[in-house]
Amino acid sequence: MSTGNPVPAPQEAVTTRPGTDDRHPEAGGSVGRRDVAPETARRGKRGQGTLLWWILALVIGVWCLFPLFSIFATSFKAPSDLANGALLPTTWSTENYREIFVGDSRELFLTALRNSIGITVIATLIAVVLATLAAYAIARLDFPGKKLVLTVSLMVSMFPVISLVTPLFNMWRVLGLYDTWLGLIIPYLSLTLPISIWTLAAFFKQIPWELDQAAQVDGATPLQAFRKVIVPLAAPGVFTTAIIAFFIAWNDFVFGISLTSTETARTVPAALAFFTGASQFESPTGAISAAAIIVTIPIVILVLLFQRQIVAGLTNGAVKG
Amino acid sequence: MSTAVESTPRPRGRAKSARATSEARLGWLLAGPAFFVMLFVVLYPILQALYDSLFTYRLTAPDDKQFVGLANYGVILSDPVFWKDLGVTVLITVVTVLVELILGFLLALAMHHAIKQTRGLIRTMILVPYGIITVVSAFAWYYMFSIDSGFINSWFSWVPGITADLNWFAEGSTALSVIMLSEIWKTTPFISLLLLAGLAQVPGDLTEAAAVDGASWWQRMRLVILPNMKASIMVAVLFRAMDAFRIFDAVYIMTNGAYGTEVLSLLAYRTSIGRLEIGMGSAISVILFLCVALMAFIAVKVFKVDLADRGGSK
Repeated sequence: MSTGNPVPAPQEAVTTRPGTDDRHPEAGGSVGRRDVAPETARRGKRGQGTLLWWILALVIGVWCLFPLFSIFATSFKAPSDLANGALLPTTWSTENYREIFVGDSRELFLTALRNSIGITVIATLIAVVLATLAAYAIARLDFPGKKLVLTVSLMVSMFPVISLVTPLFNMWRVLGLYDTWLGLIIPYLSLTLPISIWTLAAFFKQIPWELDQAAQVDGATPLQAFRKVIVPLAAPGVFTTAIIAFFIAWNDFVFGISLTSTETARTVPAALAFFTGASQFESPTGAISAAAIIVTIPIVILVLLFQRQIVAGLTNGAVKG
Repeated sequence: MSTAVESTPRPRGRAKSARATSEARLGWLLAGPAFFVMLFVVLYPILQALYDSLFTYRLTAPDDKQFVGLANYGVILSDPVFWKDLGVTVLITVVTVLVELILGFLLALAMHHAIKQTRGLIRTMILVPYGIITVVSAFAWYYMFSIDSGFINSWFSWVPGITADLNWFAEGSTALSVIMLSEIWKTTPFISLLLLAGLAQVPGDLTEAAAVDGASWWQRMRLVILPNMKASIMVAVLFRAMDAFRIFDAVYIMTNGAYGTEVLSLLAYRTSIGRLEIGMGSAISVILFLCVALMAFIAVKVFKVDLADRGGSK
């Protein structure tokens, strides 16, 4: 903290150090948080800095949310209103949502939604269970080949998905897995398993496992120690990993369009590409937009509830605060 | 910036061989299922692809399967379509990764220094593009620019070159711009989070010391922060470059490869799934795989990127 400062300084000296705040208004916020010596002049500056931060957040927010809002607005445009050349619909119409929930596209969309949810959830669960076991071994045990497991999972995660599609397409036809749930769940594991192993291994390395022994010394049975100490410690990491794995499987398109041919197993991203309009002269734009909004809702809810955990999981606990 | 995923320090001294054996057995018992599932879902198919790529093999005429050695590769490598698609793929990779690196770094800086009230907000907002389905993102951008349902043409009609009749998806350069824009929007958050983790690792003492010594913002950035972040920048670039190289979804949705926007993944898809030419499609898949492997190899061997850094550092 006091590198370059000749006098070992107390906290106040750090925040009022010349140069930190004055020349660099962009750092004002982070300095201000540690400020323990309020001064009126600094207060004013801080207020200005706060405003700038809110403006910056607004700019970032517009960039991040605008495309989503745009397709949201499109989903409320009636077919005759699509070409109005404006962002917002002239009149807000729920016609497109009726089309996908009770109209002609109902079969296509609702079965695809069911397939997507079922296949993604199963693939996520399998990946997280297998990855939890593997990550526990990697974090706590010393065994030959530990490095190999990590290297292989890293290689698998870099693999171009399309390279798997051709051989799987052919194999699945022979094995009868083409156009089935299982035929998608298996390749989804190649997407979800590697990142789950890496994320969980990093989480598990930070857990103070010794608490388990401490609890046993204090008289808990091994099962109690596991249930009361280990599970609560490990659960957040496992849960976060499940969210990230879910995102990745939910996002898949390549396997979805290549390894399915009917509604038996077609997932939503693949189904979106096959949407047709109510008649062959009508564009499916509105229906696709409405379906796109529906499948984005779970993502937005998860992000709103768990942003901190997701960020920690993606950066493997490197970001705190 | 320790890398030690695999080196949990353990009290090796008291480890007896029986204990080590049982620990090794338990280790493989736990890690084995995940390991073999990964091998099964990736290694086996790619070996199958390698084998199939040596045959002329069409599903439309499966009985004519014939061993041709490396002839499929010869056909591909002498076909201008392949080189054009490779060029488009490389172009998309280079442009998107460069732009994302800059934007992602700015975003990471914003999050790193942000005041408490906005930090969580910014993080929540950037996770929306990260989590959204790529196909949805592609449709969102497509409809924005589309001549039928878009509004970009009327919003930006004052920009020279943009008129109400501009069809963005009827020409390679404009279509590629929109494709790249949607890719950048979707994946910048990921790169910014990796860079944010890197920023958090830069010792605060160093930057503060530099500030005390009178270094300007730019000097501190160039001489202190960036050199200390080199490792995480390299990891972020490598991860994103390999990801960008296999781009498929956005191109498929927006142009389906028309007007010179076809990429390698789409060529492989079109050959195997579209035309059912398994032998040729397998050969393209193998080439694509080799390209990505080569990128990883160069990054690790030449630029000494430590891939474990992403997972191992705390």
